[in-house]
Amino acid sequence: MVALPNRDVDTDQIIPARFLKGTVKTGLGKVLFADWRYLPDGSPKEDFQLNRPEAARARVLVAGDNFGCGSSREHAPWALLDYGIRAIISTSFADIFQNNALKNGLLPIVVDPTVHRELLEMASKHGEIEIDLPNQILQLPDGRTIGFTIEGFARRCLLDGVDQLGYLIGSADAISAYEATHEPRVSTL
Amino acid sequence: MVQAEPECPEVLYIDLQLVHEVTSPQAFSGLRSRGLRVRRPDRTLATVDHIIPTHDRSLPIQDPLAVSLMAELRKNCEEFGVPFHDMTSGREGIVHVIGPELGLTQPGMTIVCGDSHTSTHGAFGALAFGIGSSEVEHVLATQCLLQSRPKTFEVRVDGQLRPGVSAKDIILALIARIGIGGATGHTLEYTGSAIRSLSMEERMTVCNMSIEAGARAGLVSPDDTTFQYLAGRRFAPREFDKAVAEWRRLPTDEGARFHRAITLDASSLEPMVTYGTNPGMGAAVTARIPTPSEMASANEREALEKALIYMGLKPGQPLLGQPIDVVFIGSCTNSRLSDLRAAASVLRGRKVHPRLRVLVVPGSQRVKRDAESEGLDRIFLEAGCEWREPGCSMCIAMNGDQLSPGQYAVSTSNRNFEGRQGQGGRTFLASPLTAAASAIEGAIADARRYLT
Ligand code: SF4
Repeated sequence: MVALPNRDVDTDQIIPARFLKGTVKTGLGKVLFADWRYLPDGSPKEDFQLNRPEAARARVLVAGDNFGCGSSREHAPWALLDYGIRAIISTSFADIFQNNALKNGLLPIVVDPTVHRELLEMASKHGEIEIDLPNQILQLPDGRTIGFTIEGFARRCLLDGVDQLGYLIGSADAISAYEATHEPRVSTL
Repeated sequence: MVQAEPECPEVLYIDLQLVHEVTSPQAFSGLRSRGLRVRRPDRTLATVDHIIPTHDRSLPIQDPLAVSLMAELRKNCEEFGVPFHDMTSGREGIVHVIGPELGLTQPGMTIVCGDSHTSTHGAFGALAFGIGSSEVEHVLATQCLLQSRPKTFEVRVDGQLRPGVSAKDIILALIARIGIGGATGHTLEYTGSAIRSLSMEERMTVCNMSIEAGARAGLVSPDDTTFQYLAGRRFAPREFDKAVAEWRRLPTDEGARFHRAITLDASSLEPMVTYGTNPGMGAAVTARIPTPSEMASANEREALEKALIYMGLKPGQPLLGQPIDVVFIGSCTNSRLSDLRAAASVLRGRKVHPRLRVLVVPGSQRVKRDAESEGLDRIFLEAGCEWREPGCSMCIAMNGDQLSPGQYAVSTSNRNFEGRQGQGGRTFLASPLTAAASAIEGAIADARRYLT
């Protein structure tokens, strides 16, 4: 685990806008938190949490309240995943970020403030934790377990590999039926 | 609603999707790799706004990445048959400005865009919200989204705004009050006499920043102001009276119950300015910056300390008189004709401070033409401002319009996050009136001194 205790981390910090000029989803890990991670000359800022050698293999980010607020850029979860983060634990997430994260298999895990404080402390020392998604349980090293919830459909998508676009395409008949009875008043063509 | 199965989110039909160059390439690639078409190109409209330069459009674009991103959208729109307002079409502008001005945004519609400020369109009583690129792809392919229902949050604003206080100040005051995560998981509905008396453009300013309080959507129920705005617009319904009769049935029932509610008194509001690094860190322009010790929790104390270090500001310092380097008047929050009129009313016959760079960037080509036809461009130019081509510009600083490290800006945009307007740049969010007054003084100023 690695800790980033700041509250209200916005997606402009997760990946600054000047890195949104590409057309693919890959290779964004190197600019994750770019302005917090690098000095103007491009060298790493040693005191930034993610630059510490122990953080290199971190898969779980324990973040402050309201993580991922601001812009809807899906580049934020793409950058986190490309860096190697697989789950983020916080007390709350911004709605669009949470949605985008789940679409990409990045787990947004919400815990209560007391557990959060404890996990931040553990993460600042790069402690380890096990995440059991099927049972929705965090397994602490001392044997304690903490429950969490990932909304039912999103969990099914992650565990059974349900493809959301595929699911929607499977509803084509219902969509056509809806369109037949709801004539558009507006057409851009 | 197309269908709702147990254990599954509801399938929500989307009446209109707006598309821009930054969040769409991966979505179109996804379609291509699955061999899918755009289901309803006629319910889709694309434009370029985020990365287009705002200098003379006939000059070459310096940034090769911007050129290729624009070319990508052009190619995608051609291949998939999506209507496209290209950079030299004369019809381009910020997505959230052109949708309403074309009459595409209408009451009761569902509207999405790969952009968090899609909440702007809620001003018409539409359910409008931002989505990520994966969902852009879902809507392109199926015209639908899987959605769960948000909770509801009433923001009642009663009373009358005093002179010099504007729609921007209402929304900045709300966010300062409830915080930037204050409405997470909710859709805001703005009600009350002060909201009713706002024009459509002012309602758009309020709804635009709903996301800065954490709400994906914010709306105002439609009324005569809405219908009058829409009448005669290019894509307004042909059988307009019939449409109006239907729209009149949309408003929320009197006495409806909301999950949460808050009330603001418009008559007690003052012009607002932010001092920190998120839109919730705001105060009246006449106030002092808070000191960390007055914060309620350790968490907020640390956030304020960190913000003030980034901003180079002292706790307890007055906001008025804080020197600035740049003023930006533009963005989907405040780049419409009435915003430019407000700024011009302060700048008319005056000069901007000689040390300052002042950019005025209209929200669309139509806004630009309308402003020029009433001579606003001359007022800005004679005052010493730059009068530029439309686009997002220094709101997001992707197109070369940006602050240098350490520079201070008063900006009419919506985000003061670290580096948002350029790496190391420092932003004070405010209304067009406050921005114009600050441009004259070269420092944060109270526009009420300049009202005639
Ligand atoms: S003006 Fe700013 S906030 Fe609005 S769409 Fe453009 S970049 Fe986004």
